[in-house]
Amino acid sequence: MKRISVFANPYRFMKVSKPLIPAIGIVGLLCIIFSTWQGLFVVRPEQYQGDAARIMFVHVPMAWLAMAAYTLMALASFVWFVWRHETADLAAKSIAPLGALSTGLCLATGSIWGKPTWGTWFQWDDARLVSVLVMFFLYLGYMALRKSMDTHQRAARAGAILAMVGLINVPIIKFSVDIWSSLHQDASVLRLDGPAMPAEYLIPLLVGALGYSLVFGCLTLMLMRSEIYSRRTEALILQRLEVE
Amino acid sequence: MKPTPFKSAFNQAISEAWSAGGGLVLPLAFFLGVGILVPFSVGVRPELLVEISSGIMWIALVLVTFVTMERLYQADLEDGVLELWVQERQPLAEYVLAKTLAHWLVAGLPIAILCPLLGLLLHMSVELLPLASLCYGVGSLAFFFWGGLGAALSANVRRGGLLIALIVLPLYVPTVLFGVLTIATYGTDQMVINFSFLVSTTIFTLALCPFMTSVALRISAD
Repeated sequence: MKRISVFANPYRFMKVSKPLIPAIGIVGLLCIIFSTWQGLFVVRPEQYQGDAARIMFVHVPMAWLAMAAYTLMALASFVWFVWRHETADLAAKSIAPLGALSTGLCLATGSIWGKPTWGTWFQWDDARLVSVLVMFFLYLGYMALRKSMDTHQRAARAGAILAMVGLINVPIIKFSVDIWSSLHQDASVLRLDGPAMPAEYLIPLLVGALGYSLVFGCLTLMLMRSEIYSRRTEALILQRLEVE
Repeated sequence: MKPTPFKSAFNQAISEAWSAGGGLVLPLAFFLGVGILVPFSVGVRPELLVEISSGIMWIALVLVTFVTMERLYQADLEDGVLELWVQERQPLAEYVLAKTLAHWLVAGLPIAILCPLLGLLLHMSVELLPLASLCYGVGSLAFFFWGGLGAALSANVRRGGLLIALIVLPLYVPTVLFGVLTIATYGTDQMVINFSFLVSTTIFTLALCPFMTSVALRISAD
C-alpha cells in the first residue's frame, strides 16, 4: 500500500507527473508514428481483406484501451472508496472521458472496417461489438452522474459506487451477450481468426498498442493536473472572498 | 405491539406508491399505452407483430420502471424521513428492500400479471402467455432493484429521470437478453437453461443492490 500512497499526496503527484507527461507523451507518439507508418506503407495488404485491414492498427489498440480504461477507472474508484486518496478520484474522473473516447473510436473504426469486409456498419450478432456498445453507455452514465452532482465529494462518492457496480456487471453483460448472439449466429461473417497473425503485423500492432496506452496515460495525467489546478483556483477564490 | 422497522417501511412505501399518481392504474396504463403505440409505428402485419411482441413488452416494462423510479427516494429525502432511517440502528438495506419490494408490488407485479392482455393485442400465441407472465415478473424485480440503485444515486438531482435511465440502461441488458431468449426458445431444452439464467441475474441483483443502494442513500442523505 505504501507504494500507492506516495501519489495520494497531490503535491508529490504534481512534482512526479510534471516530467512524466512529456516523457511518456513523446515516447507514445513515436510508437504511434512507427505503428501507423508500418501499418499504412510497409505492411503488405492482407490476403483476404486487402488494404481495409490496415485500420486494425488503430482499431485494436482502441478496443484494448476501452476495456483497460474501464477496469482502471473502477480500480481507482475502489482505491478512493476504501482509502479516500483524492488523487485516485481525480484519476477515475479523468479516465472516464478518455475511456469513452477510445470506446467511441473503437466502435467508429470497427464500423468503417466492417463496411467493406462484412458489408455492414454494425453486426448485432457479434458479441464483441454489442458488449463494447454497452460499455460505451456505462461510460456515458458515469460521466452524466458525476456531472449532475453539486459538490466534488458527492460526485466522487456516487461515481465510485457506479463504477464499481459497473465493473462487477461487465462479465455478466459479456456472458449474456455471448449467449444471446450465439442463438442467431450465421456463418456468413468473415472472421479474422483464421491463421495466427504473422510477426510482420504483430510487432507494429503491439508497438501501436503501447504507444496509444502511453498517450492515454499522458492525457490522463494532464487532465488530472488541470483538475488539481482548477480546484486550487476554487480554493484560492474562496480564500480571497473570505478575507475581503 | 410496535411494527418492526421493515414492516413500517413497507407499509409506508405501499401507501405512498398506491396514492402517488394513481397507484396501480397509472403504470399499467402507461405499459399498455407504449405497447399500443407499436402497431401504429411499425405496421399491423400480424406475422411482424408476433415476432416482435415479446421484445416490445420488455421495452414497455423497462420504460415503466424508468418513469416510476424517479420519485422513489426523493420524497423521503425532502421531508427528512431518509435521514431518520440513516440514523437508525437497523441496517439501511432493510429499508431499501422494503421500499423497493413495495414499489414492485404496486407497479411491477400487476404489470406482470396483466401483461398477457397486451400480449393478446400484439398477437402473441396463447400458450406463451403464462411463461411470458412469469418472465416479466422475475425480470421486473431485477429492473426495480437496479432502478432503485439509480434512484438512490440521483436522489438529490432535479429531474433525475433521464439520468436514472442512462445509468441503469447497461445494467438492464442481461435481464432483457435472458428474458427475450427464454420466450424465444419456448418448448425447447434451451428454455429451462435461459430461464434459470434469467432467475440467477435477478437473484444476483437482489443480493447486490440493497447494499449498494443503501451506501448510495447515505451519500444522498448527508
